[in-house]
Amino acid sequence: MNIKILGSGCTKCKITYNNVLEALKETGMEAEVVKIEDMEEIMKYNVLTTPVLMIDEVVKVKGRVAELSEIKEFLKAQN
Amino acid sequence: MFDWIQKFADWLVYHVLGIASHSKLGDTVNFFIFDTIKIFILLFGVTLLMGIINSYFPIEKVRNFLTKRKWYGLDYFVASFFGTITPFCSCSSVPLFIGFVKGGIPLGVTLAFLISSPLVDAVTVAIFWGMFGWKITIIYVTSGIILSMIAGFILSKLKLEGLLTDWVKTLLAKKQSMEYKSFEASLNFTERVPGIIKEALGIVKGVSLYILVGIAIGGLMHGFIPTGFFEAYISKDNPFAVPIAVIIGVPMYSNTAGILPIMQVLVEKGIPLGTVIAFSMAVVGLSVPEGLLLKKIMTTKMLLIFFAVVTVCIILSGYIFNLVM
Repeated sequence: MNIKILGSGCTKCKITYNNVLEALKETGMEAEVVKIEDMEEIMKYNVLTTPVLMIDEVVKVKGRVAELSEIKEFLKAQN
Repeated sequence: MFDWIQKFADWLVYHVLGIASHSKLGDTVNFFIFDTIKIFILLFGVTLLMGIINSYFPIEKVRNFLTKRKWYGLDYFVASFFGTITPFCSCSSVPLFIGFVKGGIPLGVTLAFLISSPLVDAVTVAIFWGMFGWKITIIYVTSGIILSMIAGFILSKLKLEGLLTDWVKTLLAKKQSMEYKSFEASLNFTERVPGIIKEALGIVKGVSLYILVGIAIGGLMHGFIPTGFFEAYISKDNPFAVPIAVIIGVPMYSNTAGILPIMQVLVEKGIPLGTVIAFSMAVVGLSVPEGLLLKKIMTTKMLLIFFAVVTVCIILSGYIFNLVM
């Protein structure tokens, strides 16, 4: 599984990133987690609001912090 | 409409808590309880309503809507209008700006959207309504939209495209597909509701502390500062009051949640409403942190022009408010 967090390093992006790590820890799942902070790179995904949480190239949450509980649900659904 | 809340507050303060009515303490506590209940009800109602609209009209749709046809100037209105119902975190300013301009939306229209979005949002509308009544809320929202349109239009006439930062120019010049991988299954209304409620509660929770502190300070001022106290210093006739209030407000960064409850008391104590509205517009519309974010896409010169145009528009609307009301 590949998880991407798109965001230019604002507080909300950091919280989302930490929530992802925590969700992985709690579910005991493994995934490649990538933080994309470069704006040019972010624009390639054609998003208008950050932070964005992508799992396997599909946008799951955009424009707000992804909560721990919902990330865990995404992870479970992915398996 | 809010009579029952006032009755409840009277009953709670004067009967249950046994504080004498018409005492300073009684007034203060009563004001606090009445305003808190009223504002939280309105806040939840308005964020919910905007959440529903937003769920059907997310920002991507707004962009597509704006790029789909030729608007002949009406796009300034459409952008400013959608700015009011589309919330976005200020940290999204940069991708939003690039996404809009790259999608073919004119620079001035994009800026109109960026100006109107923080100026008029669910939280501001709800608190304005609770504090000043629906008539003044409509005036505020309308003038927020008009102000964004005019500022956006003036900025478009200044031909600022050349003053964007280099990396933005390069990025905008690159051809790139604007396709967007949609992930949202088309949900029906009942399926959308839980998410919308959750989001609305999140917004209410996020500003609740500011509101409580704002109302508490407002309540204290309401009870302890004599009515008309400020009239001697900041009267309607003082031509410098509006620009001074706006210039103090521009660098400040706060949400409306904390400042409006205090503003209401200032109005009650004699500061002209237009001056207060202009001040709040300056606080929420422009700020130092926003300037720092925009500096990524704008050169210093363009940033200064942007701030100057918006500031002048806010000052003018303050004067107009004071003339009309």
